[in-house]
Amino acid sequence: MKATMREPFIFRFFSALDARSRIALGVFLAVTLLAIPALHLMLPPESAFHVSTYAITLLGKIMCYAIVAVAMDLIWGFGGILSLGHGIFFALGGYAFGMYLMRQIGRDGSYHADLPDFMVFLDWKELPWYWHGSDSFWWAAALVVLVPAVVAFIFGFFAFRSRIKGVYFSIITQALTYAAMLLFFRNETGFGGNNGFTDFKRILGYSITSSETRLVLFGLTALMLAATFIFASWLVRSKYGRVLTAIRDAESRVMFIGYNPLWFKLFVWTLSAVLCGIAGALYVPQVGIINPSEMSVANSIEIAIWVAVGGRGTLIGPIVGAFVVNLAKSWFTVSFPEYWLFFLGLLFIVVTLLLPHGLVGLWKTLWKTLRKSQGAQA
Amino acid sequence: MSAKEFFRKVIGIEIDENAPGYKPGRRNTLDLSHNVILYLEDITVSFDGFKALNKLSLAIDAGELRCIIGPNGAGKTTMMDVITGKTRPDSGTAFFGQTIDLTRLSEPEIAHTGIGRKFQKPTIFEQHSVFENLELAMKTDKSASTSLFAWLGDDERDRIADTLRQIRLNGEADRPAGLLSHGQKQWLEIGMLLMQEPKLLLLDEPVAGMTDDETMRTAELFVSLAGKHSLVVVEHDMAFVKALGGKVTVLHEGSVLAEGDLDAVQNDQRVIEVYLGR
Repeated sequence: MKATMREPFIFRFFSALDARSRIALGVFLAVTLLAIPALHLMLPPESAFHVSTYAITLLGKIMCYAIVAVAMDLIWGFGGILSLGHGIFFALGGYAFGMYLMRQIGRDGSYHADLPDFMVFLDWKELPWYWHGSDSFWWAAALVVLVPAVVAFIFGFFAFRSRIKGVYFSIITQALTYAAMLLFFRNETGFGGNNGFTDFKRILGYSITSSETRLVLFGLTALMLAATFIFASWLVRSKYGRVLTAIRDAESRVMFIGYNPLWFKLFVWTLSAVLCGIAGALYVPQVGIINPSEMSVANSIEIAIWVAVGGRGTLIGPIVGAFVVNLAKSWFTVSFPEYWLFFLGLLFIVVTLLLPHGLVGLWKTLWKTLRKSQGAQA
Repeated sequence: MSAKEFFRKVIGIEIDENAPGYKPGRRNTLDLSHNVILYLEDITVSFDGFKALNKLSLAIDAGELRCIIGPNGAGKTTMMDVITGKTRPDSGTAFFGQTIDLTRLSEPEIAHTGIGRKFQKPTIFEQHSVFENLELAMKTDKSASTSLFAWLGDDERDRIADTLRQIRLNGEADRPAGLLSHGQKQWLEIGMLLMQEPKLLLLDEPVAGMTDDETMRTAELFVSLAGKHSLVVVEHDMAFVKALGGKVTVLHEGSVLAEGDLDAVQNDQRVIEVYLGR
């Protein structure tokens, strides 16, 4: 849109952010990369300002969710494609990286064997073919990106080519994640059945439970969230992003002016899946477990709720939504575990009925009213 | 086995090498050697036994301005659906120029060969600004990968500015298109068509909801476009049809009932029966 579009790319990415986003980004990175690590390492645990390991794990986990929420917003808020099965891509990324973490346990498992514990338990004698290479960090990192990308591309190609839209698409994505969950529950699939992967010991040779490793993972997650936000901001402000929202609003018009919606949808869909996969890979070492329940339908619906609560089509909204809902969840599940689902349902109804633009929309409205009343006084 | 064969036999997808990419002039170039831009021959389309089009045959000359009239359900919109690839005919042929078989191409491909379509209900991108609506419609490489890194040069900005003046929306460039009046939306959609630089424009009730003044200005615009472009206008407003002054085709029950200039058609006994006899 701007005349100055021939700048180098790194500038283009940043020019996609407005002044407020840049300040917010700077504050976010200062807090996550400097303040929190400093407060964790330098202050004694009994100090009031000490940031506990629990808090770091929780925030790290929520930042992973926030990446997923931005990925969801790209397809839902901007592309008008509601996926109710996005948990599958998160879990696939998590499993791909989990395989590497399982191999890093080495002979320190309960059976002191070369094979992961669950395989010994099943009396398997050697690794299945798809576990080969899983001891390499870089191969695992490649799988984190490639597996969600390939699954999303193939599924998306056929769904979008058949022009499946709206609620039908949402239902099929639910079926996809549910089918995958049933597959991963089976011991024969070779991913640890209903226990999944856990008891990780090391990552790249470093102890996974040490403060330093945790802080590095936490920092990487913060950087990934920032990068996701910057990239998504650039994407939705590019011509590609304008075509994408045009497809959301009037798909037939887009076709009759000569764009093929298939490739536009397929790109953002696959990109969204890859972002979820990376988030899943960052999640597993911090939380210490991955199992098929990550693919449950309820989990995927929760992703949509974060986005709706924060405000879809805003990019910052889904991040806010992921934090608000998950902080509420961790408080509720400790204080009133039995009421959490009621609260979640209530939240969703309130947001849908009263706040169509989510918390970000509410904030904007309040801000405007405030400015107006100030203007009236002056 | 070649990749193409593999896709056809194993996965069941026909790979059309001419299809995506949509580079202008890459294959589907328009051949107007016989001075006819659109041939429809014996087109039949039926929905659950109801024949929306019944052996419809129609030819439009290059540069012509043709009006299509006819009572509701005569098949006017279905005809446009066939030409633009939205509906596949059960039988019959539809050719754009001498060589381009419209029944084999998808909607975006047909758009790239040079056919622009305006819908009955104004269909624009309401969340985008007027400027952006025109920008997205502009004739260019419209593949997803190109659009990621696309930017507007001065020539393109000038073209958008020209079109904005032509459709009298130059004061509204930065407004969201959803806030325009109904008549302005119709004009914006016409402007989007012009940005596509089509050879053939299909216009489905373009002046519905316009004031008389706007209607007459639209007629002026269309008359000025004829010659360089070919236009097919579906309309009910007889004053507008008269102002356009071109040849008129009357559709009835899915085929052509009469053809000629407006006076001749209006005095045709069969046309009078169809419009008034029931």
